[in-house]
Amino acid sequence: MLEQVLTNSIAQGGLCLSGKGVTKIFGMGARRTVAVDHVDFEFRKSEVISIVGESGSGKTTLVKMLLGLTSVTEGDIYFMGQKRDISSRKKKHDYWRGIQAIFQDPFSSYNIFHKIDAVLLDCINMRGGKGLPKKKKVEMMAEACSFVNLKYEELTNKYPFELSGGQMQRLMIARIFLLQPSILLADEPTSMIDACSRATILDMLLNLRKDIGMTIIFVTHDIGLAYYVSDTVYIMERGKIVEFGGADDVILRPKADYTQRLIQDVPKIHEPWDFTNRKARTAVFV
Amino acid sequence: MAKIMLDVKDLSTKYITRFREDVYAVDRVSFQVEEGKSLGIAGESGCGKSTLALSLMGYYFAPLHYMSGSIKIEDREITSMTPDDVRKNILGTEIAYIPQAAMNALNPTQKIIRFIEDVIQAHDPSKTRKDIRDMARQRFEVLNLPADVLDKHAVELSGGMKQRTVIAISTILSPKVLIADEPSSALDVTSQKMVIKMIFDLMHDGFIRSMIFITHELPLLYNVTDDIAVMYAGQFVETGSAEQTVFDPIHPYSRGLMHSIIVPEAGTRDQKLEAIPGTPPNLKNPPDGCRFAERCKFASPQCCASDIAFSTIGGGRGYRCIYSEDRLKEVYAHA
Repeated sequence: MLEQVLTNSIAQGGLCLSGKGVTKIFGMGARRTVAVDHVDFEFRKSEVISIVGESGSGKTTLVKMLLGLTSVTEGDIYFMGQKRDISSRKKKHDYWRGIQAIFQDPFSSYNIFHKIDAVLLDCINMRGGKGLPKKKKVEMMAEACSFVNLKYEELTNKYPFELSGGQMQRLMIARIFLLQPSILLADEPTSMIDACSRATILDMLLNLRKDIGMTIIFVTHDIGLAYYVSDTVYIMERGKIVEFGGADDVILRPKADYTQRLIQDVPKIHEPWDFTNRKARTAVFV
Repeated sequence: MAKIMLDVKDLSTKYITRFREDVYAVDRVSFQVEEGKSLGIAGESGCGKSTLALSLMGYYFAPLHYMSGSIKIEDREITSMTPDDVRKNILGTEIAYIPQAAMNALNPTQKIIRFIEDVIQAHDPSKTRKDIRDMARQRFEVLNLPADVLDKHAVELSGGMKQRTVIAISTILSPKVLIADEPSSALDVTSQKMVIKMIFDLMHDGFIRSMIFITHELPLLYNVTDDIAVMYAGQFVETGSAEQTVFDPIHPYSRGLMHSIIVPEAGTRDQKLEAIPGTPPNLKNPPDGCRFAERCKFASPQCCASDIAFSTIGGGRGYRCIYSEDRLKEVYAHA
């Protein structure tokens, strides 16, 4: 039911982030490298998108451009229907209120000198809650912590390095919960985390989509994960988008050669994995 | 019955921290690996997988300490040997180990052939450089690695190539057991497949005679190994063949683990991923009784009362739970 509602709202919902001919070139002359090559994309409201590609395909460069952390060589990015303007520091900060990110390595995502309270307080202040009474702020922080199954009382007065990797990554999601941006960029959010905690993290992210209708963009090389979470999948190869479409279409019925090869290389459990079908294991259990 | 290459009985090891606290990382682990077979070890981070791999080499250095148990490689006990003896006679020739970040192990200032000379001359000083080069060239050819890699430096190679080179170097003396600790987790799927293919080639051509493969990626483990052991808080909680442990797990923890598998196959989108709540126990003072009881949906007060024995049920299968297999199946059917 809810899925149906969401699908409808995605179809009707406007574009929240789109790009035309987005290109990034590093270096010049003989060392010129085209990292992202005339990429077009359209991300709608409340949609979950995955950008999949191997190492060196330009995924992270694209993310950095979307976040405004690196300049765009050519092409335009449109945010909420308007051409993105991050020419001044203030405009950039405004832009970041709408778009936030979770990175791969939770251990290097925090300022090691700031306590956890400060991390969360920053988010409240950023959303304009600076003048709120302290009690209200603590309440908000506690709520955010409980959303990610952490206890605020246990975290207060601690430094980030006192937490485990999974806890840090969840705290990152608590930040997002407080900030409520309209777009979340998750750059390999679960690759440093083992399979058990991965399910928890993914559930929390998808709950954010349900609760506040956030657009989530996963950037990953884990095709299984991309298939599980997303509505739309973009496949990148050497800076170009070679295929995109609904998750079922792209993953189960891939058209581009590159996608087909990529999906073939992923170890599976019900279908034999290429050269390991020496055992015809599936016959017994299907 | 095939020859048993590696026979481990009740192996326990611990870490001693700088505050003189004991961390019991591997607790009474027993298993056997037959010739030509491979054993996979699954478990979440911090459950002792990598410590077990280190312990199996019989080469203990602080903070890792040996406590009790035996490790036999083809009937040769290695726990009673001195560290020097182990280094000279066991490592490289009997057991080879590929650590997690193996590709960072190559010294950037040396050519690849120098590492191979190092390894071979440490065990057989009479070999000339020409012999070694011929031998390396031959081995690289068999493994489909370009021979010109030998005269390159590490920085000239890609990640996947570095990893394959390291594997080729560490197995150059044809060890009986290869311990691969997450050999492909830093690589993308295509390079991962090439690394796995190379490990299969090694096994097929008899350069290694058995393997222990460690990873937390279950679909990969299922495809690579014959048997799988599930580890939790330093103990084996379930062992069995790859099909059995993945499709028909007995222990509640393995069942939880198998529910977290994501693969790009039709139907997986409709499944609900089940996460196991809570965190693993602190191994400084592990809880009495079942170590998983705290996080187990089906736990009863008896679970924490006394130590739970590892029960074997034939066909290489075994599990560590207070309930019988039938009782667990019944519980799962109602869950």
